[in-house]
Amino acid sequence: MSLARRILPCLDTDGERVVKGVHFEGLRDAGDPVELAARYNAEGADELVVLDIAAARDSRPTFLKTIQRVAKQLNIPLTAGGGIRSLDDARAVVRAGADKITVNTAAVARPELLGELSREFGAQAVVLAIDAKRENGFWQVRVRGGRSATEWSALDWARRGVELGAGEILLTSVDRDGTQSGFDLALTAAISRAVSVPVIASGGAKLPQHFLEVFTEGAADAALAASIFHDQVQSIRALKSFLQANGIEVRLPC
Amino acid sequence: MIVTLIDYGAGNVTSVARALRRLGSEVRITDQPEQITDAACLILPGVGHCAALLGSLDAHGLRQPLLTALSRGTPFLGICLGLQALYQGSAEAPEVSGLGILQGRVDQLPQNVKLPHMGWNQLRVVRTSRMLEGIPPTAYFYFAHSYAAPTDGVETAAVCEHGREFTAVLEAERMFGVQFHPEKSGAPGAALLENFLRIAA
Repeated sequence: MSLARRILPCLDTDGERVVKGVHFEGLRDAGDPVELAARYNAEGADELVVLDIAAARDSRPTFLKTIQRVAKQLNIPLTAGGGIRSLDDARAVVRAGADKITVNTAAVARPELLGELSREFGAQAVVLAIDAKRENGFWQVRVRGGRSATEWSALDWARRGVELGAGEILLTSVDRDGTQSGFDLALTAAISRAVSVPVIASGGAKLPQHFLEVFTEGAADAALAASIFHDQVQSIRALKSFLQANGIEVRLPC
Repeated sequence: MIVTLIDYGAGNVTSVARALRRLGSEVRITDQPEQITDAACLILPGVGHCAALLGSLDAHGLRQPLLTALSRGTPFLGICLGLQALYQGSAEAPEVSGLGILQGRVDQLPQNVKLPHMGWNQLRVVRTSRMLEGIPPTAYFYFAHSYAAPTDGVETAAVCEHGREFTAVLEAERMFGVQFHPEKSGAPGAALLENFLRIAA
């Protein structure tokens, strides 16, 4: 009896439809969020993440509607984010049915946001998303969908974010994202050992072996992927059976 | 039977209501004292900080009606913080007193494991539990918390472990509590809510 490692499918949306791209660019349509949510809920996903990667002001009402429609499909937890800049934005997302909120660019711009969210919703509901890129021997925090550099090293920002109130880190390797060449194990292990909260690894997953590595060598508590699940390259059920056969504790739905 | 959901402003009221409606229940969401006094069945869903829950119960004048309903034997289910609130107090907010129906205090889980305790975990049943009837002993439930209740009271029906053992399911006559979120725990969570509704009816 111990805590199971989690598998999280992620729906990157333009507010309304699921989209996908490599290195955050070249987006194309990848399906209906409601349909995918229902499928993942039934297949044994441990949580679902839905993001508005366009995060334009005028698409907010559409995205909130998408969260509502997705939440109706689920009896597992839902994390939502993209474009959350204030407590009011977060309240709207929670009211629409999200259990957790994820913040990225806005938290770098104004770190106090993490404390405000944590006081209102509890640390367990605040997921700090960090996009990290390898630069001259350290991992640099990138914002605005991976496009803009910041002064932060991912290690320092993760530690600071947890101090301020984040209850979980969603860590994406910008270098690996969309490449299907495996998670960045060194990055994941470094962050996971540096913080006291759970770390979700993201970016680069394709093979079951990649997940096994990120849970062992990468010390990840959870792993996230998008297109390999959308395109049915990998089924969640088969992935979990593989992990269980290799000694990783996972929840296999009855 | 109408299920009365106590709305103290927590984020998960909607998802608890949705889970109950899926099971065919009629749900009333309220922060009104008189609706708690006359409730046929009460659920206190909780998530976040325990000071927010207890502070909000006091701000809305709900503490006394809730205690009265519990002492009369109104069926009750506390979820997450709703379970923790039944004890004398919590280390998360030492200045606020809990409902004090159960002996003992809620403490933080040990720091040698990742906190919050977040994700799917299994239970160890310590005595026969009506709430867990028909649910496989290997079932996983979804947890998201850093503080947890002691295990030495007679009310403890099942424990879970993360750093240490803590009460995951409690039963005391018609008062029940679960540390996990049944509304987010897939089929076993729905089965547990169904058991509660059956016992309460």
